[in-house]
Amino acid sequence: MQKQAIFQSKLLPYALVAPQLAVVLIFFYWPALQAVIQSFLLQDAFGLSTSFVWFENYLELFRERAYFEAILRTFFFSFAIAVSSLSFALLLAVMADKPLRGSMLYRTLLIWPYAVAPPVVGVLWIFMLHPSLGVLSRYLRALGIDWNPLLDGDQAAALIILAAAWKQISYNFLFFLAGLQSIPRSVIEAAAIDGARPMRRFWTVIFPLLSPTIFFLLVVNIVYAFFDTFGIIDTMTRGGPGKSTETLVYKVYTDGLLGGNLGSSAAQSVILMIMVIVLTGIQFRFVERKVTY
Amino acid sequence: MVEEEGFRRYIAHIVLWIGIAVVAFPVYLAFVASTQDNAVIANGQMSLLPGGHFFKTYYQTIFVGTSGTTREPVGHMMLNSLVMALLIAVGKIAISIISAYAIVYFRFPFRMSIFWLIFITLMLPVEVRIYPTYKIVADLHMLDSYAGLSLPLIASATATLLFRQFFMTVPDELLEASRIDGAGPFRFFWDTLLPLSRTNMAALFVILFILGWNQYLWPLLITTRDDMQTIQIGIRKMITTTDALTEWPVVMATAVLAMLPPVFVVVAMQKLFVRGLVETEK
Repeated sequence: MQKQAIFQSKLLPYALVAPQLAVVLIFFYWPALQAVIQSFLLQDAFGLSTSFVWFENYLELFRERAYFEAILRTFFFSFAIAVSSLSFALLLAVMADKPLRGSMLYRTLLIWPYAVAPPVVGVLWIFMLHPSLGVLSRYLRALGIDWNPLLDGDQAAALIILAAAWKQISYNFLFFLAGLQSIPRSVIEAAAIDGARPMRRFWTVIFPLLSPTIFFLLVVNIVYAFFDTFGIIDTMTRGGPGKSTETLVYKVYTDGLLGGNLGSSAAQSVILMIMVIVLTGIQFRFVERKVTY
Repeated sequence: MVEEEGFRRYIAHIVLWIGIAVVAFPVYLAFVASTQDNAVIANGQMSLLPGGHFFKTYYQTIFVGTSGTTREPVGHMMLNSLVMALLIAVGKIAISIISAYAIVYFRFPFRMSIFWLIFITLMLPVEVRIYPTYKIVADLHMLDSYAGLSLPLIASATATLLFRQFFMTVPDELLEASRIDGAGPFRFFWDTLLPLSRTNMAALFVILFILGWNQYLWPLLITTRDDMQTIQIGIRKMITTTDALTEWPVVMATAVLAMLPPVFVVVAMQKLFVRGLVETEK
């Protein structure tokens, strides 16, 4: 698709794209290239010499049990966060889609958590469920649960998943509501005339029509769980106890910062880049987009 | 008409209020904690109703900060966050709108290659290239500066795509008309295209401001000086020491203050927010 009416100029267009191109090249392509190069290099312990080691950093990673576990953990977190947040948001959106009094107020009261930053989400949830002073921990203990997410890895993981899913409710709600509102009333009415009860109407008419939205949100939620959970994890558990809440992004951060193992950290970055590219590719391939390229 | 019996509506109202309670409870708790005494909270005896320390805690938080861990008043951190968020939002919109203008309204060699170079940046969030980017910012002596905080986050394609898409829908007749009036590329951009893009820019600004204000990993890496901390970094440092020393009312007041600006933006500019969100994602 191209414009027919255009301006003629030799230099002006380059001047106009120059600022963005400069930022993209300096802060984007250059570092990405550095990461790729770095991932093929091995530095000795004193940083005195560097040698080219082909895929040694990658092979080393895949031999490392901790890395394999971090991959599994990240996928499990993503799946758990996406499913719990999506199902709760869908329930709310279906309810808010009904012709109710005050539906605008409901929408406002449900969408604002989008604006809460991940580290703040982490602080809110660790405070609420802190083993010694958390308000909800009292009730958990009254139920006979030995609640201590700072010591128990499974509980820490559950806490991260809950907090991350909580933050994503409003985003999912908003897109579900938009999706529901774009379904023509006549289709639902036709199903009603055919005698389909509300539950049946939902599963046989509304849900299938909503599937593009669901798929789009699934991808977005997985990407969110991969990257935006960093702030939540860092304020709540710092990847601990042990390594029970260490995701791939968190591992890149700690390995590069504390371990000083730049080759390995770079190799991990490259693997993450490939994962994001695949996810984005899936999204482009299967999600219907308004944009035409 | 699809029937909606009374009791189904009641269920809908109840479910929605439960949803609102789930969403609001952690925030309510933070507010309540920020108005109570630290000793009571540390004992696990916190009340679920607001206490009487509201003014004391918020005064201390904004103008003094914690006694130990962060050494910086939260008011100053909010200023840093504000500057960073504004730089990111304005910077991104400015460089994107002119490059989209060039790509749509001019024909020049490498036009599509440049478009793709920008487009591909959509795929790689800053998280996957943190250390190399850190190194470049360090080499450019931009650590602990507003430029270092914002520039690497300006590099993204969403805004360019959005403006490009919008420009494509602007009728060709407008350009022809202004050309007959003798307008060149600058006049057309300034007098015609920019006013038409106002709503798009506003919607984008709302989203970018929120994203900028909420940045975490990047500021965490490149700020070392206390006076360059953003509020998101400050709040993390407040809970780093052993639990016994954490000043929970101040931490919670900081959490409330960190939420206020972006939440206000979402609620006050809801239409623009929803529009921006849907357009940047689709």
